[in-house]
Amino acid sequence: MSEIKNIRDQFISKLKNDLSIDQINEIKTELFGKNGLISSKFKTIGSISESDRKKFASDLNQVKDELQNLIISKISEIEGKKINEKLEKEKIDITLPERPFVRGKVHPVSQTIDEISSIFSEIGFSVEEGPDIENEYNNFTALNTPDNHPARDMHDTFYLDENKEVLLRTHTSPVQIRTMLKGKPPFKIIAPGRTYRSDSDQTHSPMFHQVEGLHIDTNINMGHLKGCLNYFIKEFFEVEKIKMRFRPSHFPFTEPSAEVDIGYEIKDGKIIIGEGDKWLEILGCGMVHPNVLKNVKVDPSKYQGYAFGIGIDRLAMLKYGINDLRAFFDCDYRWLNHFGFDPLDVPSNYRGLSR
Amino acid sequence: MKITYDWLKDHLKTNAKEDKLLEKLTNIGLEVESIENLSEGLDLFKVAKIIKIEKHPNADRLKVCDVDAGDKKIKKVVCGAANAREGLLTIYAPPGAIIPQNKTKLVVAKIRDVTSYGMLCSESELNLSDESDGITELSSSKYAKSIGKSFFPKSSSSVIDLSITPNRPDCLGVRGIARDLSAAGFGNLKPEKDKKIKSNKKQTLKVKIKKEKNQGCLSFGSCLITNVKNIESPQWLKDKLISIGQKPISAIVDITNYVMIDINRPLHAYDADKIDKGIIVRNSKLGEEFTALDNKNYKLDDGMCVISDNKGVLGLGGIIGGTRSGTELDTKNVLLESAYFDPRSIRKTAKKLNIDTDAKFRFERGIDQLSIEVGLNKAAFLIKEICGGEISKIDVQKIESYKNKVIKFEPKTFEKITGFKISTNEMINILEKLGFKLKKEKKFLKLSVPSWRPDIIQEIDIVEEIVRISGYEKIKIENPIKERSQNTLNPTQKLFHFLQRAVASKGYLEAITWSFTDSKYNDHFKETSKEIKIVNPISSELGLLRNSIFSNLVMYMSKNLDRGIKDLSIFEIGPIFYGSQPGAQNTVVCGLSAGKKSRLSWIEKERNIDVFDIKRDVIQTLVEAGYDSEKFYIDDESPSYYHPGKSGRIFLNKGKDKVAASFGEIHPNIIKTLDIKTDSLVGFEIFLDNLKLPKKSLKHQKPKYSVSDFQKSERDFAFIVDKKISVQDLVIVISNIDKNLISNVKVFDVYEGDNIPENQKSIAISVTIQSLEKTLTDNDLEKINNLIIETVENKTGAKIRS
Repeated sequence: MSEIKNIRDQFISKLKNDLSIDQINEIKTELFGKNGLISSKFKTIGSISESDRKKFASDLNQVKDELQNLIISKISEIEGKKINEKLEKEKIDITLPERPFVRGKVHPVSQTIDEISSIFSEIGFSVEEGPDIENEYNNFTALNTPDNHPARDMHDTFYLDENKEVLLRTHTSPVQIRTMLKGKPPFKIIAPGRTYRSDSDQTHSPMFHQVEGLHIDTNINMGHLKGCLNYFIKEFFEVEKIKMRFRPSHFPFTEPSAEVDIGYEIKDGKIIIGEGDKWLEILGCGMVHPNVLKNVKVDPSKYQGYAFGIGIDRLAMLKYGINDLRAFFDCDYRWLNHFGFDPLDVPSNYRGLSR
Repeated sequence: MKITYDWLKDHLKTNAKEDKLLEKLTNIGLEVESIENLSEGLDLFKVAKIIKIEKHPNADRLKVCDVDAGDKKIKKVVCGAANAREGLLTIYAPPGAIIPQNKTKLVVAKIRDVTSYGMLCSESELNLSDESDGITELSSSKYAKSIGKSFFPKSSSSVIDLSITPNRPDCLGVRGIARDLSAAGFGNLKPEKDKKIKSNKKQTLKVKIKKEKNQGCLSFGSCLITNVKNIESPQWLKDKLISIGQKPISAIVDITNYVMIDINRPLHAYDADKIDKGIIVRNSKLGEEFTALDNKNYKLDDGMCVISDNKGVLGLGGIIGGTRSGTELDTKNVLLESAYFDPRSIRKTAKKLNIDTDAKFRFERGIDQLSIEVGLNKAAFLIKEICGGEISKIDVQKIESYKNKVIKFEPKTFEKITGFKISTNEMINILEKLGFKLKKEKKFLKLSVPSWRPDIIQEIDIVEEIVRISGYEKIKIENPIKERSQNTLNPTQKLFHFLQRAVASKGYLEAITWSFTDSKYNDHFKETSKEIKIVNPISSELGLLRNSIFSNLVMYMSKNLDRGIKDLSIFEIGPIFYGSQPGAQNTVVCGLSAGKKSRLSWIEKERNIDVFDIKRDVIQTLVEAGYDSEKFYIDDESPSYYHPGKSGRIFLNKGKDKVAASFGEIHPNIIKTLDIKTDSLVGFEIFLDNLKLPKKSLKHQKPKYSVSDFQKSERDFAFIVDKKISVQDLVIVISNIDKNLISNVKVFDVYEGDNIPENQKSIAISVTIQSLEKTLTDNDLEKINNLIIETVENKTGAKIRS
């Protein structure tokens, strides 16, 4: 017994020294190799008297486990140290910049169109489109603006032929005509798109964007028009309260017609929508004129409803604090980067229009 | 339309404050565009006389004027006007005065080393007229005694500028505005108190309206006033005109202007002695000419409505008079014209000749047909009062008599349209105050429309009148119902929005550029498309509709590069045009990328953006949009604006029916011609209209999920092929050998040069072989291996490299 204990004591003290992996492996062989000290002891178990054999085997196993565990832990201790040393050497300056990436942006007008579509989608409008080149009939005549109407002067029209029969649409209203001509009531659509007027200065661009709205059914009245626009403006500007004013006006294709103002004030150089006592005109609207309905073969004694037209660029300017309309189409990368939106920011109703 | 509250009060009895008036005007649809207190600071503008003129020592065109503005001290004023001369009476503005036209405040200033105290004003600077040539010239007979006095009369009333919509000609007269206000409960309309002419004298100048096709004059009233003395207007009349910013001229002209503004009744005064025998209203003949009061000579077409005498054209009816028969200060006998001209005829003529006058503006909107005599009465009495003379009887010639329109109006229509109710009595009250005559019938009101309201034609117009006057604030808000019975976007629109964001997510900034473009750019990109010209462009650089988005993008890319950015990707999604009829347009996503990848990176190797970068962007975008890249087919027959060797077209399948996209390096010649300063310029176009919508959408069940857990093996091959054979062809051949076993084919090297025969190249390909049914044996693999080599060699003429 004491012999086993001696081996144990001797090797425990040996293993306490600062050893290399090779030295430990040597010790391992010395103990557990083919002729190692412990291995040889196991071979003697058979020759030990039966009465002592059990205890001898038990003691031997105990010492074997103890030394083996010690060796394993010693090895892992050394290996751990080695790895740490290696990691220490591998350390880099993690503040160096990441691999380069580029970030694209969606134009604020596109974002605004998506926001508008999302809002009107909630109350059942669908999106219609029409061509940029229009005939004079769809752009004017069908909209109750005949050839001799002074209202035509307000549209500085671009023409594509000398006879003034083909033009660039001056508003999105011809989409009303196209939509009603190809379908049957009820109609509930919005039509965003490019529009053109021969007007170019600080606040006018020869191309701009409008969204047309049209809701025709058997019982749609001015109350619905007011409700729809009130809802839209509140949702669009993402404010609780909105001050809105309907003001009588005139458009040949609606009657009665209104211009809509919203209340605002300037605070710290920024425009705040929905407060204050100043008024800002943001759109025109009205009940679709019976002559227009007749022109598209809809019976005005059965159907009635409203239409509206909103300047999209202007809405974007108001909501996002953009001062210069001309910059929208100047394609300056600094502007696009500043006012553009991340493509992942898709306006939606469950997540809200904006983050 | 400019009015003052004071003038309104000529027609309206009210004590309300001005701010209430402004609010009411806007609320009934007479939008207040601006208010301006003209008299504020205007007393500073003095009638003055130029005493002496010297040449400016340092400037040829400038003069130094000694000006007497009433003070003891003579003012030195530097002036550039050609008409500044000694003895001229004009208008002087001292330092501190604010110039009405541009709102600038005058200061004492040195002009080329000579100090100028104040300034001498032109009519346009004072908003008196558009005359900006030279300084104002005041008649010495009128103003000689006024030197040092304020030019503008004192007025407490502000000028209210109303934006009158084209349907409301009646509100181009002060009385019409007063009538609208009274209907809305703002004051009471004063009754008209004009006397009627009672005269025994006949109007001796014969007037004849020629009955011919498209005669633009329906009636012509006239009155002859003899032995008048045309003088300066009395102060009240001058003040009235000046109060709304008009310049008094002479009594007769001022009176016709006054009547026009007061009751929207345009009149014209002729010097009766200059009319040869009588007046003939007729259509013009091609080539006729006359000199109008704007001192321009007009050549007429056929069929324009002219007022003429035996000698020829006197004026264009309802548009502008001529110099030949104009009144002057020595005019003795005046013929007053009060006529009705057809709006269409007026508009047509004025547009053709490009003339815009107050009369034209009013006649084209529609003048009260029954105001002919009212206007003549009012003006004739004023002339008699101011200029003396004798008034003749009124003569009215007409080819058509006017009848008031009658509309049957059902009161319940009002609620149906507006959604709110008011009583029939209230409606009647409003309509009567607006001038309607009405008769109650069982279910209807039978309304006779006042002659000054040409805009009112049908029932809906009556609804508008009532709702406008009772107030839009009464319309109740009906909140919308949140329900959707139709899709918001159709599949094409969804694809549009998807592609837009897909491209943006690859690092491209979205631009929106005009649909117009410059031929200088468009020419490079139009290919065989027709040039689509705008007849009346803003400028020649915006004279075309774009045949390709590239023309604008390339131009703006170049501008951005000039701004100093070197690496940039931009794109636009929008229309391009191929014809000048509605619908001749396609929707295209066009992207452009310039510069380098990883410029100045500490970690990555810098290199130019190349055609495979842009190819990845296009392919990835199409794949994300739901198209199967396995089926894509690419050829090199790309448009000529690309580098012929570094560009291609993408088709959705081998059938090549429509081009889905094209991509490549922009042709070096274009880059050179347009002087685009960049390391590299690559672009792409995706043609939305050529993309068939994917058959499967997200709402459909996904295809059956099947994967193989059997071992897969990868075999590498290197083939030497003719240079003309494309990698695409090779990959297609291999993929088609056994679709059940060959799950992936990947090109990992292409090599030309040493050890490879000329005009040949080596393509290294890794093929993944895996079965869905079993683990393949060495034998199976060997078989497929040999099959691949054999097939490729047979079909492409390639040789396996050993």
